[in-house]
Amino acid sequence: MSETRVSYTLDSTLETVNNAEETASRMATEAGFDEEEIMKISMAVREAAVNAVLHGNAYDPNKKVTLAFERTPDDLVIVIRDQGKGLDESKIPDPLAPDNLMKTSGRGIFLIRSFMDVVEIHPSQTGTELKMIKHVHGNPADSKEALQ
Amino acid sequence: MSMKSSTRQVDGVTIVDLSGRITLGEGSVVLRETVRDLLSKGQKKILLNLGDVNYIDSSGIGELVSAYTTAKNQGGELKLLKLTKKVHDLLQITKLYTVFDVKDDEAGAVKSFTK
Repeated sequence: MSETRVSYTLDSTLETVNNAEETASRMATEAGFDEEEIMKISMAVREAAVNAVLHGNAYDPNKKVTLAFERTPDDLVIVIRDQGKGLDESKIPDPLAPDNLMKTSGRGIFLIRSFMDVVEIHPSQTGTELKMIKHVHGNPADSKEALQ
Repeated sequence: MSMKSSTRQVDGVTIVDLSGRITLGEGSVVLRETVRDLLSKGQKKILLNLGDVNYIDSSGIGELVSAYTTAKNQGGELKLLKLTKKVHDLLQITKLYTVFDVKDDEAGAVKSFTK
């Protein structure tokens, strides 16, 4: 398959969250992932979009979310950016800690990390860039462990 | 697809049949309002039938936790019935599967509530 890259600039709305999820599902399908992997990818992108729209841009109509998909021979690379204050991951409590299990929020980044092979979070004063990679062929040599 | 909710009574237990998606926005709001409405009416034995819930996101998970906690704090019981594989797997990886009382059989689930 040839390499392709598409990007979208989106408003800070709930509709963007749904659109991002649907687009991710379509891109993952076209990349040849199976049904379970498609669900994981689309859910990771949905959670990333929720973070960008709610926590990053805080529904600010003047701030945009950019979403980019890049298909390489080995990977589906997804980058989502917001224009918020910058996500400080160290301030997100571990959602699996006993004291946090019954909290009603704070699981988005955890789910993204659970579902994708590589997750990089790059916060800055002008926003947060969240990069997610899913390996196309599930090559064991490319597993999470091998990359750590 | 948005979420639909309907309720029925079986032997003193309110079964809430949910279908669709429990996600940020409409789905989570429907679940929250349904549970709050039942509790305000004194219907405190609640069985959420998730057999037709095909998708749930982190907001939906948070809403299930909130419903469980709200019911418990008001002296009620809230249990889950018929998880789809997707929802089951999500509750497993978030370590919530053992927190919720999860049932597969409706009749058995109804009997399991405190008399």
